Amino acid sequence: MEKEKDFYQRLSEHGVSRRDFMKFCTTLTATMGLSATWVPKVAEVFAAPMQRPPVIWLHFAECTGCSEGVLRTMYPWIDTLVLEIISMEYHETVMAAAGHQAEDALAAAVKKYQGKYICVVEGAVATKYNGAYGKIGGRTFLEIANDVCKKAAATIAIGACATFGGVQAAAPNPGGYKGVGEAIGIKTVNIAGCPPNPINFVGTVVNYLLLGKLPELDSLGRPLFAYGKTVHDQCPRRSHFENGEFVTEFGSEEAKLGYCLYEMGCKGPSTYNNCPIAKFNDGTSFPIEAGHPCIGCSEPDFWDKMSPFFEST
Amino acid sequence: MGAQFQHDHIVHFYHLHALDWVDVVNALKADPKKTAALADSVSNAPWGGAAYYKQVAQRLQTFVDSGQLGPFTNGYWGHSAYKLPPEANLMAAAHYIEALRLQAKTARMHAVFGAKNPHLQSLAIGGVTCVKDLNPDRIAEFMYLWKESQDFIEKVYIPDLLAVASFYKDWGAIGGTSNFLAWGEFPVTDKEPDSLLMPRGVIMKRNLQGVKMAQQQQVTEHVARSWYDGSKDRHPFKGETKPEHGDYNTNKKYSWLKAPRYDGEPCEVGPLARVLVAYAKGDKATQTVVNKTLADLGIPVTALFSTLGRTAARGLETVVIGQAMEGWINELVGNLKKGNDKTYTPWKMKDGMGYGLNDVPRGSLGHWVQIEKGKIKNYQYVVPSTWNLGPRDAKGKMGPVEESLIGTPIADPKRPLEVLRTVHSFDPCIACAVHVIDPDSNQVYKVRVT
Repeated sequence: MEKEKDFYQRLSEHGVSRRDFMKFCTTLTATMGLSATWVPKVAEVFAAPMQRPPVIWLHFAECTGCSEGVLRTMYPWIDTLVLEIISMEYHETVMAAAGHQAEDALAAAVKKYQGKYICVVEGAVATKYNGAYGKIGGRTFLEIANDVCKKAAATIAIGACATFGGVQAAAPNPGGYKGVGEAIGIKTVNIAGCPPNPINFVGTVVNYLLLGKLPELDSLGRPLFAYGKTVHDQCPRRSHFENGEFVTEFGSEEAKLGYCLYEMGCKGPSTYNNCPIAKFNDGTSFPIEAGHPCIGCSEPDFWDKMSPFFEST
Repeated sequence: MGAQFQHDHIVHFYHLHALDWVDVVNALKADPKKTAALADSVSNAPWGGAAYYKQVAQRLQTFVDSGQLGPFTNGYWGHSAYKLPPEANLMAAAHYIEALRLQAKTARMHAVFGAKNPHLQSLAIGGVTCVKDLNPDRIAEFMYLWKESQDFIEKVYIPDLLAVASFYKDWGAIGGTSNFLAWGEFPVTDKEPDSLLMPRGVIMKRNLQGVKMAQQQQVTEHVARSWYDGSKDRHPFKGETKPEHGDYNTNKKYSWLKAPRYDGEPCEVGPLARVLVAYAKGDKATQTVVNKTLADLGIPVTALFSTLGRTAARGLETVVIGQAMEGWINELVGNLKKGNDKTYTPWKMKDGMGYGLNDVPRGSLGHWVQIEKGKIKNYQYVVPSTWNLGPRDAKGKMGPVEESLIGTPIADPKRPLEVLRTVHSFDPCIACAVHVIDPDSNQVYKVRVT
């Protein structure tokens, strides 16, 4: 209780009321697919543990869009996540140290927290020519992944690249790029998407902190709370599909009416994700709401299998 | 695009660059009352006061006391090159946190008409898909976010930039380069490049009087020192990308980047190049903010050719572009009032060749494409970070970042914070390696920069 009191005091110092905070926990609990009775427990996770769980975040072949996505999280704010909930031991983009100092921090964290840290991987791993297509500080992505991921309590692959290889794995895949799980033969939690909604990443981390285990996954390693249903089944334009009301040209009267985008190539029927419910950037929008067909970015090999994006199959 | 500049530049200054100048650990020594007084004297932030800075200091203290320094582990805290007093460090640390929250809202602007950020998804060849979002609710939502972001830029970002710069005026003579290229961005009418808000141009050998229109025909890319097959430089229309990986050998091939050249010369691209071209071409808005900044800091125009100039230019163009955005939104509202909500033009794929020249937050971006039988036959793009960080060319000419680092004073070769300042000032999109050579002992230190 003492801890809880402290926590709410700190929250109010940040200008966040207890009510706002419980609202956020309710949103997150619902996203995770847990019943309302879990809300107080979710709140407890954020009541700042004495020892924040260490996280090591690796960057391989990627564009840093997934990191950027997480930087936009408002549930909780990113500064709260990094300063009070987890301990981000290594993250090339945001850490103050560079070069040798950064690599030393990585080695020290792996040693100190061996078997206890969460490893987050952003980016694909090059496997051809012994991994020569991707190196950091003289070590290949393959070597780093084998070292760091295998000593972690769990590895979370974030984004299309770390989960299934992403754009560099698209045909003809010159570097032999693979998702990290496949590249080094480990099981990963796959937060798929390009980029994924950060709430699905945060939900997975909270699930781990709350229950001490990873969430239920589908056959592709994706958490069921986020990737259990197709975009099509949750789509606000679904009734137009049922009524045969389709957009056939962008900018048209049908587009203004918000008709179904199936004929424009929408891959919602074969894509598992919670975009229509969770939406992006604090619930602002998602591709179909902006009149653009879903391109299936949370499915394996979507660059090859879901294209052409603007043609119905 | 305007929102992209606002967002990228705020995040770069506060989260990817500030800690090169700001010692957050030293901030713990600050007196909250004096910090509040300092903040009141330099900025017009919506938060502040002794109680506020006391809370921020306590939050930092709790964080440091936890023994888990997270992203601040192994930073360069206490380094002699840090010059800010504790109060300025605390103010900057507080704004680092405020900017983290603000940027999430700035990014929301993209999502209003673009579905999500990053990777907005409402663009289609021929226009945009978001015609349904062109309604008063969405426009008001966008305007609210724009106003909050622009207020932050003018009342916090720029004052912070000037406050920090005033302690580092010596960096107005360190980290400069010679040549500058901007393709330009933000066409005000359909006429391009004539009507660009940030104009197109090239400046050679720091000659602002000799600014010229930039021509895409002058671009070639070298692969002599890159892990690609071939040795001759090629225009992007004839460009090839045939990987040929070998060992890392700085006397032969050592990079996956090609080396772009304009008329055979390396060119810096990015905010400094854009601001210099606009300034040299007499753009009023740019000249006003640049001259005021130079006067406030008491430094000459030549100080723009530096690390300080580069970091200042990034902030200043954010003001200019942010101000212009209001006019663009009003133009959209005017069109909608007249019933013009055209967002898309149907098209058919044609065979042929084409190019597109733009400036994005990091700098000049060019695309060259050849289409045959309705499909892409060759596609080459020359991106900002290859201009700035590309390797040497067939003639051994250095790229801009390499050139800029020569002569950098370094207090402690084992902790070369000063190198990071200049490298980070380019907002690089890649990791790179820097070798520091001590001219007295010829001792070579290898430094990796990420």
